[in-house]
Amino acid sequence: MKKETKEPLFHIVKRKSMPLKKQWLVRGIAIAAAILVCAIVTVITTKMNPLSVFSAVFTGAFGSTRKVWVTLQDTSILLLISLALTPAFKMKFWNIGGEGQVLMGGLGAAACMIVLGDKIPDPLVVLLMIISSITLGAVWGVIPAIFKAKWNTNETLSTLMMNYIAIQIVAFFTIYWEVPKGSGKIGIINQNTNAGWLFEIGNKYLLTIMIAVLVTVSMFIYLKYTKHGYEIAVVGESEKTARYVGIRPGLVIIRTMLISGALCGLAGLLLVGSVHHTITTTITGGQGFTAVMVSWLAKFNPISMIFASLLIIFLSHGASEISTSCGLNQSFGDIITGIILFFIIGCEFFIEYQIIFSGKKKGGNEA
Amino acid sequence: MNENELPATDKGSGEVGLKNSAMPSEEYAIELKGITKRFGEVVANDNVSMGVKKGEILALLGENGSGKTTLMNMISGIYYPDEGQIFIDGKEVRITSPRDALSLGIGMVHQHFKLVDVLTAVENVVLGLPGKLNLKEAEAKIREICDRYGFVVDPNKKVYDMNVSEKQTVEIVKVLYRGVNILILDEPTAVLTPQEAERLFRVMWRMRNDGKSLIIITHKMHEVKEISDRVVVLRKGQYIGEMNTEDSDIQEMTNMMVGRSVTLNIERKTPVNPMPRIEIEHLTILDEDGVPKIQDVSFTARSGEILGIAGISGCGQKELLEAIAGLQKIESGHIYYVEEDGTKTDLVNLSPLKIIQKGVALSFVPEDRLGMGLVGTMNIPDNMMLRSFRDGLLFTHRKEPRKLAETVVEDLSVVTPGMSVPVKNLSGGNVQKVLVGREIASNPKVLLTAYAVRGLDINSSYTIYDLINKQKEAGSAVIYVGEDLDVLLELSDRILVLCGGKVSGLVDGPGADKNEVGLMMMSVEGKEVEKRN
Repeated sequence: MKKETKEPLFHIVKRKSMPLKKQWLVRGIAIAAAILVCAIVTVITTKMNPLSVFSAVFTGAFGSTRKVWVTLQDTSILLLISLALTPAFKMKFWNIGGEGQVLMGGLGAAACMIVLGDKIPDPLVVLLMIISSITLGAVWGVIPAIFKAKWNTNETLSTLMMNYIAIQIVAFFTIYWEVPKGSGKIGIINQNTNAGWLFEIGNKYLLTIMIAVLVTVSMFIYLKYTKHGYEIAVVGESEKTARYVGIRPGLVIIRTMLISGALCGLAGLLLVGSVHHTITTTITGGQGFTAVMVSWLAKFNPISMIFASLLIIFLSHGASEISTSCGLNQSFGDIITGIILFFIIGCEFFIEYQIIFSGKKKGGNEA
Repeated sequence: MNENELPATDKGSGEVGLKNSAMPSEEYAIELKGITKRFGEVVANDNVSMGVKKGEILALLGENGSGKTTLMNMISGIYYPDEGQIFIDGKEVRITSPRDALSLGIGMVHQHFKLVDVLTAVENVVLGLPGKLNLKEAEAKIREICDRYGFVVDPNKKVYDMNVSEKQTVEIVKVLYRGVNILILDEPTAVLTPQEAERLFRVMWRMRNDGKSLIIITHKMHEVKEISDRVVVLRKGQYIGEMNTEDSDIQEMTNMMVGRSVTLNIERKTPVNPMPRIEIEHLTILDEDGVPKIQDVSFTARSGEILGIAGISGCGQKELLEAIAGLQKIESGHIYYVEEDGTKTDLVNLSPLKIIQKGVALSFVPEDRLGMGLVGTMNIPDNMMLRSFRDGLLFTHRKEPRKLAETVVEDLSVVTPGMSVPVKNLSGGNVQKVLVGREIASNPKVLLTAYAVRGLDINSSYTIYDLINKQKEAGSAVIYVGEDLDVLLELSDRILVLCGGKVSGLVDGPGADKNEVGLMMMSVEGKEVEKRN
């Protein structure tokens, strides 16, 4: 048989499913490959020993007890925001307004600290902080949801735009409450009295970490085992089906975004009341967007999200360590982070799909 | 084959004679050898070898999930086989894309039309072709194709003005225009009236006599018998056998398909003590543009009785069922639900949830099966939960849905690799069984089914008919919308015929005449036929 026609080099087939063990093997290989490429890039561009760079990355994240605690705290904040976005994502409501919702939550907490701190009993201040930050976050989340439910507006745009409104509002209040006048900054709030500072459990990091753990477990149960979680999944997959079994999609969208926004507000509360004790327009550090990636990377599974957010924080702390201790600039750290994320996200393709090369087919059973 | 070419003017007469006059030549137009296609662990096609001769109509038979569609998708370039070879006119070819397939003269007409609504027939036909755009020339060529095969289509009509049959014609002309010699038709008659189907068959015979090779996939056995020259049977992805249609009968084909002997009749028991259950009075429904979809429709559905609704697609049957289930905005009229003690409740303006709680189950199977009724990414137990998830206080109950899932899978012999597989990965027929099984499990007072057997193979179809009959015996009022008129006539106790959103007839099931109902389905406005009721 003459082969006049050209054979395609390969074709891509979707896999049915891959055994869990093999999935982790693929991911392991991907990480190994990522480290190898990083090493090569390091040698080529900096002529440094890649091992010393890697050890710097590790020192950056886990180099001392304090660094371990900070890494865990930052992981918790990122995890919390990712968890907040997840119910919305499961509903296919693309909430990329986490940034604004966190910021508004933080503003609510800061406002209570500044306006009410030292004027009313401290526990009452904290209570009002909790209420106002969660409410503000929820309101910021629910506005796009109402528009979506009533007029089917595109939530990607509206949640995104709400971010900028939040940033401008916070910018206004930082000037309004600036200390000292003319500095354009609020500085540490109630530095002397610590009024409205959230209480510490053991050390100042543990409260945030414990809340994150609590929310992770609750979210896992909420999404997997409750009626609400089930409704979210149905609405996300098919609004028609939802309506057909008597679920009101609009109601579910609004309810879920209230939860999503409220949890973002809670993250804002922790950022202001426990971590920074101040508010700036950049206090979230883009984590509202990073959380989108974390949520997706974990395939919306709250437990996997712990590892995904830890990875991101580990890399970012490591990257800033490289820039200081190895005398390389921040961009090099970003390159390393980029390479590692590329491999980790890229390997998911090989888990979902299979590439069949034309060379190795035909079992010799030509009829 | 040229001697069989028909003069352009020949229409209507002697068509049946033509069917038998053309003996296919022995040369294969397309031949498959040892084709294997796997999806993960599932083998969709296992070493299939078959061929289609020039000037032949081949019917590809098989139950749901037997791999017919996968096989055809490999010929038309949508999938690429893992193993095996494809020969066209004796030469081995590689088909890696639909474009490859077209350039090799292979065209497929899908069940769902791929036409641009706002363009005319000509514009749709030339769409995507290389070279200079010359609509005049194209129109002339289309007219020539139409005359040659006996199509009736106005090249300058916009697609949105066309009925289903005309759209299908445009689809077929589209592939013929591209010089196709091998034509695959996937369930072409599913949406046609009997008269339109008959016209399609005549066109198909002419194409066959013109030397083209046709492959038809259909689940309607009498059509296979009527139109095909040869049948090839697949079962569980494997080639089982082939025979000349002339030498076989429906029973034999079915047995071969199923792998054992099956009985093919629907019993219609006389309804026991039918009582009005749903009374619809002067119902009018408008669509988004204010165009009436249902106009002044009144009828009664009774308990213990199957009310069939006949009509061409788009006659308003979908809107009617959705209205009863509370999913449609109703312009005017009443839908009364009559309790056993005679009290009436108007369902108009009740929420779907309230209606479900009344015991009205809607097993509505829309064109895309997963669009309404099931959640594709969820597994079978989770889909069972759609009806029962409210039972829990805060958490969903998971045991009962799982049990129900197991019962449905067993009773309806759903083919699934496991309980945790998302239903979208099941074949169409199995998806349908899951849906119908769940709806019936709730022992509804009213069962609304639309296209409950769409795309189902003959064996599964009869399982579903059986289930519907059992619901009738249990005292449900069943409203059945189906597209196979033969079955509708066999199954229904009474048949309501809709045409353009109006009632054009109400006939008793026993003794109803197919042609008469077919005519009512297309009856002109005002000419209402009220009969035997």
